[in-house]
Amino acid sequence: MIRWLFAILGGIVLGGIVHLVSVLALPRVATKDAYSRLTPVTNVNTVAQLPAADPRNAVLPFQDPAFATAVCRYDLSFGSIKFAVPVSQAYTSVSFYTRNEVAYYAINDRSAGRRVIELDLMTPEQRAGLPEDEEVTAADRLIIESPTPTGLIVIKALAAEPDLMPQARASLMSATCRPQNDPAAR
Amino acid sequence: MRLIFISLIALAIATGVGLGATWTTSTRGLSFGAVTIGPWTAWPRTGTSDIDPYARAVVARSGELPIGSGDGVAFVASSDDKGRPLDGRCDIAISGITPAARFWTLTLYDPQGNLVSNSLQRYGFTSQEIVRSADGAFEIRIAARSRAGNWLPTGGLDRYLLMMRLYDTPVGVATRTQKDAPMPAITTVGCP
Repeated sequence: MIRWLFAILGGIVLGGIVHLVSVLALPRVATKDAYSRLTPVTNVNTVAQLPAADPRNAVLPFQDPAFATAVCRYDLSFGSIKFAVPVSQAYTSVSFYTRNEVAYYAINDRSAGRRVIELDLMTPEQRAGLPEDEEVTAADRLIIESPTPTGLIVIKALAAEPDLMPQARASLMSATCRPQNDPAAR
Repeated sequence: MRLIFISLIALAIATGVGLGATWTTSTRGLSFGAVTIGPWTAWPRTGTSDIDPYARAVVARSGELPIGSGDGVAFVASSDDKGRPLDGRCDIAISGITPAARFWTLTLYDPQGNLVSNSLQRYGFTSQEIVRSADGAFEIRIAARSRAGNWLPTGGLDRYLLMMRLYDTPVGVATRTQKDAPMPAITTVGCP
């Protein structure tokens, strides 16, 4: 009898451990997370517009249909990235996600305070490797540190009315996301 | 022999309890850091680096991208003010005032997070396009059949979710009560 009690108690304690381990492991083993869903429809280090949110062809669940959305799936292993997007008439935001969808930074047109949201994205090591003088010239550029070498930049432009959607999509057309050492970025 | 058998039972219990708890928490979500205002719930911490492991599991499993806290905050409701689940065959009214924000959007989803198809291609409203009365108040009617004013079609779905997203808003991690964030009321007006 006492053995059965041990088996049940032991099972529940072990179950607790299994639960904690599996919750922590889930973001790493998930195959239908946002990054994996976006991988087939985006290229590395380029901006790709997502199709308009629609009941049948939504790439991601819980997309806001009032927004035009574009994604830059970045990889910093070959160098930092220069990102720029002109703000749209209504509202533009840029959100940064790690490989495992942690939203580590987000900025909107008003907090950026200019007509173009411009920033440099790099790993903490790349930032530490910046020459001192370059840090000064880069003072007017926003520098964002990505906790992971890969991740997502999600750019959203609001279409306050459905008629304004073409304008919102057009403003995202001029978004750029390029490796720093790419000559076209200079 | 007996020992092996008992150990197997213990391991089976461990697997069942452990994976069962993980499945439940990652499907339904846990309420760490939740801000509940009437029928509306938001998880502002999910949009920051301080996201807890349970919320990360929910995000990884559903495939959504949580809204970043520098962008806004999302409130979700699955029932009306009286706790009655939102039924697509009923007439439901959203009325009152909204928290301070530059823009808000209200969107209707099925429980899996898909938009609900309808002939108008009307999936939600933004704060700019709703029709308001002279004093600035508004009412949105959510019903299966066409209604006057701000009508949001349900497609006759039996269960749905409403998501109100506030963009560029002071509402966030520090928000606690209705006074900080006056969310609109959700009322079931009538069912056929």
